[in-house]
Amino acid sequence: MSKVVHVKGRAVPVIGDDIDTDRIIPARYLKEITFSRMGEYPFYDERFNADGSKKDHAFNKTEFQGASILLGNVNFGCGSSREHAPQSLVRWGIRALVAESFAEIFAGNCVMLGTPAVVASKADVAALQQLARQAPETEFLVDLENLEVRAGTLTVKVNMPASRRNALIEGSWDSTSLLVANSGLVAKAAAHLPHPSGRL
Amino acid sequence: MAKGTLYNKVWDAHAIAQLPTGQTQLFIGLHLVHEVTSPQAFDMLRERGLKVAYPDRTFATMDHIVPTRSQARPFQDGEAELMMQAIERNTKEFGVNFFDFASGRQGVVHIIGPELGLTQPGMTIACGDSHTSTHGAFGTLAFGIGTSQVRDVLASQCLSMDAMKVRRVEVNGQLKTGVTAKDVALFLINRLGVKGGIGYAYEYAGQVFDEMGMEGRMTVCNMAIEGGARAGYINPDQTTFDYLKGKEHAPKAADWEQAVARWKSYASDADASYDDMVRYDASEIEPMVTWGVTPGQSVGVSEKLPNPEAIADDGEKQSALLAFRHMKLSPGQKTADIKIDVAFIGSCTNGRISDLRAAAAIAKGRKVAANVQAFVVPGSMLVRKQAMEEGLDKVFIEAGFEWREAGCSMCLAMNPDQLKGDQISASSSNRNFIGRQGSSTGRTLLMSPAMVAAAAVAGHVADVREFATH
Ligand code: SF4
Repeated sequence: MSKVVHVKGRAVPVIGDDIDTDRIIPARYLKEITFSRMGEYPFYDERFNADGSKKDHAFNKTEFQGASILLGNVNFGCGSSREHAPQSLVRWGIRALVAESFAEIFAGNCVMLGTPAVVASKADVAALQQLARQAPETEFLVDLENLEVRAGTLTVKVNMPASRRNALIEGSWDSTSLLVANSGLVAKAAAHLPHPSGRL
Repeated sequence: MAKGTLYNKVWDAHAIAQLPTGQTQLFIGLHLVHEVTSPQAFDMLRERGLKVAYPDRTFATMDHIVPTRSQARPFQDGEAELMMQAIERNTKEFGVNFFDFASGRQGVVHIIGPELGLTQPGMTIACGDSHTSTHGAFGTLAFGIGTSQVRDVLASQCLSMDAMKVRRVEVNGQLKTGVTAKDVALFLINRLGVKGGIGYAYEYAGQVFDEMGMEGRMTVCNMAIEGGARAGYINPDQTTFDYLKGKEHAPKAADWEQAVARWKSYASDADASYDDMVRYDASEIEPMVTWGVTPGQSVGVSEKLPNPEAIADDGEKQSALLAFRHMKLSPGQKTADIKIDVAFIGSCTNGRISDLRAAAAIAKGRKVAANVQAFVVPGSMLVRKQAMEEGLDKVFIEAGFEWREAGCSMCLAMNPDQLKGDQISASSSNRNFIGRQGSSTGRTLLMSPAMVAAAAVAGHVADVREFATH
């Protein structure tokens, strides 16, 4: 598994509090039984009218095509546990997210995909968003080692839970193998912990 | 750090190792699976050559995509049919217990877990669905997970987790007439905020929850996630045990007494300490209605819609302005004047038998207003059966409601039950997010099932307290 220490790239601001997972990926796209096409759908209903014509959304703007860092505000990714939401962003090209705060399940899902979700202060996020809007060609660097985002003349402090940061930096963010390795301990626990009775 | 709470006890009992990342390896007592968030996880197992580690702790059903007018196969929607075939194939191939239509026990995953007695106090429960918090009503630690974590639980029966903080949320006193568990849930989200619970598990306590039945407790815990809390729980008590006794998968005979003793030991100690504590008085709560696009944007039914300009926090103000634009409502408008097009009774929040009884008590002897499409979707096949034994289906049908088959339905509109254009619904579900009910311009007003029935009859939002019940 790859180590994720630095994420470099241009940034796309997605402005607004409480941007929920239904807005990130409308439920009708959850009918697909693989994630392979999710990259076509992020923010679909905010990007396209019913007739397919484009709306005004950062993900539609020429200057933000190819961006790899998403800049959000408060409670980004609230709502459902659907991994389709981070999958759609990652498959669109997002490699890291910076916001004032994230919904818990969403942030955890991001890490499972090797994608850091870091938080910064309201003022710092506003400054980063403004920079991305005014100079979209600016290269941003999300630095997990120093817990900083650097862009242009800005350097802002960011944060994320220590265990998630470790998992990314050490390349152990895909937890399956870690968990399966302890199968002996699991069997011991399984033998005495509450259990629904009766198989079907 | 919280100490001596149910959260601490259940966590400690299930924490089996410290992982190199610093996270805890947490054993999961019960894994519930549904058709939407599992196919990719089963594929990942296949790619890695892994098996389901504990199929006897893994139970699947289908709820999100199932049509509710007819369960006949193949489904008319080809994509939905493919998804059904995937869960049938996966449960068979991996030996997972599966509640399909033929079992007579299919239903919304958070309704069937409790009603079948799978959900038991002191368990850790995970499901690829954020409303897994529902099961906390039984004194479990239950939370939603993403698909890659579904893979982890299938492969290892464990999750890699960070501990949460615990906030005790007390509501004391007695609820006023017409005020239900749903109103308590909406009230708490309004007061604590949609992000107020981030990082916390909520322990709901106090007279109101002590006196509440299991189904109401499930409604409240169901909506913990809407307040940002990944898990919510209520300490197990006699109400919990009475509900579980005799349920299909609950402990039987000699095991029962032992189980009850163990369950009691998980309850928070009298001298437990919490990371945070808040208190409300039940008399503050009236029947609630959401007017916006987050479950926190709500008012009491007798109030007027708020003025966004009066909101101090800029983010919240922008959120409220967006909500008013989307909802096509005006600040200062009387809540009870909002006209509705659709009335939906169902979902894992309010699709249980007591919810249907409460709605039927309002519907009985009345007629759904012209121009309102009203329908009832029981949360499970067993709820549906019970309701029909009580004659509730007839009450609804006579009043002009449609009586449907079990599923999630218009809670998230992955099936044919969808709003059209900018239709506005009175809904007993849990989310009023933009686009949630199947139309990007559709609008949702969340309220209790009795309030939905009242709105269906009146043709607009109405105060359930003005309706005599039959
Ligand atoms: S009823 Fe609604 S909230 Fe509950 S599981 Fe189904 S879609 Fe999710």
